[in-house]
Amino acid sequence: MSSSDTLLDVRDLSVRFRTRDGVVQAVSNLSFTLRRGETLGVVGESGSGKSVTSLAIMGLLNRTFADITGEILFEGTDLLKLSPSELRKVRGKDVSMIFQDPFACLHPMYRVGAQIAEAVRAHANVSHSAAWVRAVELLDAVGIPNAKTRARDYPHQFSGGMRQRAMIAMALVHNPAVLIADEPTTALDVTVQAQIIELIDKVKRDFNVGVILITHDLGVVAETASHVLVMYGGRAMEYGPSREIFHAAQHPYAWGLLESMPRVDRKLDVLIPIEGSPPSLLNPPSGCPFHPRCKYRVESCDSTTPHLQTMPDGHDDSCVLSAERKREVWRDRIVKEIDAR
Amino acid sequence: MSAGTTSSGQGPLVEIEHLTKHFSVKQGVFARGKGVVHAVEDVSLTVNRGETLGIVGESGCGKTTTARLLVRLIDPTSGTIRFDGQDITNLSRARMRPLRRQMQIIFQDPYSSLNPRKSVGQIVGEPFAIHRTETDVKSRVQELLARVGLNPEHYNRFPHEFSGGQRQRVGIARALALQPKLIVCDEPVSALDVSVQAQILNLLKDLQREFDLTYVFISHDLSVIRQVSDRIAVMYLGRVAEIGESERLYEHPRHPYTAALLSAVPRAETNGVGSGRHRIVLGGDVPSPVDPPAACVFHPRCPRFRPGLCDVETPILRRFDGDHEAACHLPVERWPMSEEELRRPSAGVEQV
Amino acid sequence: MAFYLLRRLVWTAIVVLVVLLVTFLVFFKLPNGKPALRFCGKSPTDQCIELTTKRLHLDQPFYVEYGYFVKNFVAGDDQGWPGLGYSYGNYVSVRSEIIQRAPRTLWLIAGAATMWLILGVAIGVLSAVKRRTWIDRLAMGLALFGISAPVFWLGLMSLFLIWKEHLWIPGIDHITGGTGYVPISDGINHWFGHMILPWSVLALLYIAIYARLTRNNLLETLGEDYIRTARAKGLSERSVIFKHGLRASLTPIATIFGLDIALLVGGAIITESVFNLQGLGWLAFNGAITQDLPTVLGVVMCTAIAVAVMNLVVDVVYAFLDPRVRYA
Repeated sequence: MSSSDTLLDVRDLSVRFRTRDGVVQAVSNLSFTLRRGETLGVVGESGSGKSVTSLAIMGLLNRTFADITGEILFEGTDLLKLSPSELRKVRGKDVSMIFQDPFACLHPMYRVGAQIAEAVRAHANVSHSAAWVRAVELLDAVGIPNAKTRARDYPHQFSGGMRQRAMIAMALVHNPAVLIADEPTTALDVTVQAQIIELIDKVKRDFNVGVILITHDLGVVAETASHVLVMYGGRAMEYGPSREIFHAAQHPYAWGLLESMPRVDRKLDVLIPIEGSPPSLLNPPSGCPFHPRCKYRVESCDSTTPHLQTMPDGHDDSCVLSAERKREVWRDRIVKEIDAR
Repeated sequence: MSAGTTSSGQGPLVEIEHLTKHFSVKQGVFARGKGVVHAVEDVSLTVNRGETLGIVGESGCGKTTTARLLVRLIDPTSGTIRFDGQDITNLSRARMRPLRRQMQIIFQDPYSSLNPRKSVGQIVGEPFAIHRTETDVKSRVQELLARVGLNPEHYNRFPHEFSGGQRQRVGIARALALQPKLIVCDEPVSALDVSVQAQILNLLKDLQREFDLTYVFISHDLSVIRQVSDRIAVMYLGRVAEIGESERLYEHPRHPYTAALLSAVPRAETNGVGSGRHRIVLGGDVPSPVDPPAACVFHPRCPRFRPGLCDVETPILRRFDGDHEAACHLPVERWPMSEEELRRPSAGVEQV
Repeated sequence: MAFYLLRRLVWTAIVVLVVLLVTFLVFFKLPNGKPALRFCGKSPTDQCIELTTKRLHLDQPFYVEYGYFVKNFVAGDDQGWPGLGYSYGNYVSVRSEIIQRAPRTLWLIAGAATMWLILGVAIGVLSAVKRRTWIDRLAMGLALFGISAPVFWLGLMSLFLIWKEHLWIPGIDHITGGTGYVPISDGINHWFGHMILPWSVLALLYIAIYARLTRNNLLETLGEDYIRTARAKGLSERSVIFKHGLRASLTPIATIFGLDIALLVGGAIITESVFNLQGLGWLAFNGAITQDLPTVLGVVMCTAIAVAVMNLVVDVVYAFLDPRVRYA
């Protein structure tokens, strides 16, 4: 893979929020890359920092309340060093984002077509009618029937699935290089989810973009992601090609997730939960954020800061256990539990 | 286990027959045309003692309304509800009261289903206060808190001091207080983090064994439903599309909608991108329950739709092996099936 | 949309009828004693009582009485249209009084409303955007002052400081002309000079309220997901705040605005008195202390009708702002 394929290179990203209750360390020392044609699935629960990471990439965090350190290199340029007006030129044009709840994400008082046309005119000096034509074109491309008439509708006249399609259309207006999708299917019905996942995949292939797919649903990740980044408590726990994560996971948190998930293809004899609750970000645990809940924890877990090396095709995790121990646990316990329960 | 409840001890715990619930939606100042939401339409099913009946479906299918009808939180438009052999459809409030001890409900959102102004001890103790059954409420409450995995010392804490999973445990403790026979669980784990879901599901299972409970478990998550249910009812637009024993339903769904649902669920068991799994993709969106399609409500989206049959004659639930029933004129012959195969029902399948 | 408007029109007509009924009951039927006595003013003569009884059909059954009341109002009486009766205290028809006074009140409201809407919303937006900075705190502090200071105090102080003592602005004496109303026909400068202080004083209270309201609404709106989408599209901050944020925040403001205007029709009593404008509010107040019931009745009717009409206007504006309402 040539380096010109690398779209996004996040290096040592940390985000801190100064709130009334104290300092919230939302993301700590996060590094990963995204290349063209890749779908990076970012998996994590509440407090994992996955959403904050995407907002940091888009430049949507308020810098007066958020301290951001590290680098976010987009095709070589550090987004964190850009001025607000320079950043605005990138946002929505080279890097686009769609969010979780498509109903709340569209302005209720403007027509859907108008909102997409607005996105066109935000980065291109075209007439209103030209922008409208482009809007209709995109609505059609994402599978909205009768795009020409439907463009004149208001968001409340669209169904949930259609609204998410409209959001995707809006994100694609300027052929971005990177598309970030934050829980795009969580608020949708199962049968509609399937349609949207396929649409995102199609978009990725047709437009040759890099996709960051943020979700808590391992099933969605397994079906669409080429690479997976597992986050917990603001840190990266494991990173690697999707196939390897599901067939040879190395981090106890990933093991815990795989063991505790019910499956649609089989009823399991027993679910093995991860005890405890997601960590508080105001008072995060010392050392590895997962150690209070970890069944395999050792002496050094509460004092060693976890470190993860994300090489493009490598598979790495941030756990201090030895590689042999991890393989042993996977082979002797996890695989049996997942397959044979 | 509990005194003062009479029961036949035989037969299903809950039986509903031809249960229907319509909500009227007024249109216009002069109420020119009354819109009617067909939330639940002609639903009949039974819940056996000690089992978990799962009800699954997408938005607008009527599962939540059915849950509330079962415990008479809302009243039906027509149909009958029998609880423990007794017809409770039209019972007055006063006569329902003692029965309410036997049927409880747990809600989806652990953040809004607990009164933020009451301490956890007060919340769990409230059922005792209402039904005046205990003298030493406090120790009973602490016993319950311990049983659901919470620290009894936290009796005086308030909901906002607990995490989502812990709050859901409080809701469960509250439901258990009066030793009910039936607990309706309305999406109890949907709002929880994945790592906590398994804890709550395990807790519910343990409690069922220990207290001989019957569950009606509502969810949109097909993997959770498979894990917890003995029998499952699949609902679509207010009607039951398919109902039967859980394993059999997943191994061989008979209704095309169930088939599409099963094939749509993203799976972690696949091997990554483009796994080549043939997904049955339904066109369009779920129609509005105000204006449901004629005859078979699924026909506009059904890959097997046969004009002249499916849009003319309403299918009734017909029986397959065991107690597996599906309401379809052209049920699915075998499973798995690809979408193309689904579109071509074999001849003679109408008479099963 | 057309159907929505039609429904609203019909509803307004119904409201007006109800207003007529309630007013009739309140003034004719509720209090004890003979209505004729009350209508005749402070010193009723026998002749007056007899005349009134005949004019208002007070000796006839309830529905006849009410029927004539409605008919007079809608179709006019011997004094002209609309038929509001005759004031025995002042020996003039109520209608002529109201017609003479109404323009003063209407100009007062028009000027003040324009001021408070523009300034109030502008200050509110500024406060919201510069949240928690000194600008915000200063603006909200002034708002608190504006809400707390009694109108008569503000009026008198402004008259004293600005008009009499020529405070602040050099040449102010050329602009402000003191109390009393000067019609436009007498020269627009004089008219303006006499109106600018009442406008400012009346508007100050409302500026404060509208600034706070705008600030709160806008802050809440700016937390919505669609604002985040707007920023994610790469729109300029100005577009985000005005086109997306303010548009969604305006609907509650429109609702209140209509009502505030309507209530001032007979309600700006203090301002009108302090500045001696002798508008409708002043008229009603005077009528009350001189026990001139027909006049009071007349002004009450005007206010009530104004409220009904403004509600209709607000509904139309609301539908224009928020498309979801049109299809309801």
